[in-house]
Amino acid sequence: MGRAELDQVDRALLNRIQENFPLTARPYQELALNMDLPEEEVITRLQRLKDSGVIRRIGAVFDSSHMGYFSTLCACQVPEERIDEVAAIITRESGVTHNYQRDHTWNLWFTLTAPGKKTAQQIISRLERDTGVAIENMPTTKVYKIKVSFEIGGTDVL
Amino acid sequence: MYYDDDVDIIQLVQGDIPLQSNPYQELADKLGISEEAVVERLKGMMDRGLIRRFGAVLRHQKAGFVLNAMVAWKATPGREDQAGNILAGYRQVTHCYLRDVPEEFGYNLFTMIHAHSEEELASLLACMVKDSGLQEYLVIRSIREFKKTSMQYLLKPGAYLGDSED
Repeated sequence: MGRAELDQVDRALLNRIQENFPLTARPYQELALNMDLPEEEVITRLQRLKDSGVIRRIGAVFDSSHMGYFSTLCACQVPEERIDEVAAIITRESGVTHNYQRDHTWNLWFTLTAPGKKTAQQIISRLERDTGVAIENMPTTKVYKIKVSFEIGGTDVL
Repeated sequence: MYYDDDVDIIQLVQGDIPLQSNPYQELADKLGISEEAVVERLKGMMDRGLIRRFGAVLRHQKAGFVLNAMVAWKATPGREDQAGNILAGYRQVTHCYLRDVPEEFGYNLFTMIHAHSEEELASLLACMVKDSGLQEYLVIRSIREFKKTSMQYLLKPGAYLGDSED
């Protein structure tokens, strides 16, 4: 995956909007004030950062357990020649948010979020039926940390 | 918990809010409330813990974090919380979870580590072993990404009811 060119203002903007995005009716105006930039420039920069793929989206990150949802990490051992086919079946499931081929005997790992434990189990059973592959279900029992923002340092090669 | 009238707001903010001066205007008009009222509802969802964070979600590879490793540790019974909290304390650890895993697998403490290089990852792992006292770990690298997206919650009002036994 290619890297994007980021200048100092981009970095400062990215660091700010991950954790301190203003929750107001005019968030870009407030960012502009805080950063001493015209609002138009803030919007133009953010558009460029979205277009180049650095920013996936701007919005809310929900807490699945507070939303009443159950999430689990699943893994399965798929014959090498079937990996694309099985991965495609799993990816189609809307509750699957991450799906990766990994270097382990269990070579396909995915996360599943569903409105309850029973529903998650039903989805897993259905995926097992549809793929013909046994799926290991490893639900979260305790969360020590979830942090999805990244400090973009001045020394990073970008 | 959320209310049925939060649904439209959740639908907007779980995606990408419009990149324009007044991102909540259209939704506010649709709901017949003010933009400020939309913002207040968002704040309410944050206070209730529904929204963990509000802001930009980055593609970390594009932002210079080239190495994204899942590292699973064998936490001995009784040591899980202590080790989990120590590992979670690392800036490079973005996720740290304890999981129910098959006994024969045994690696029950999962960390996601974002590093800039293999060298950084190797020295981090050495420090983590020393700090946590956990000796056995497994680096499970991603070879190919098939899907990475944000969860799309409830598609219509009242759609979420959850399992009765949960």
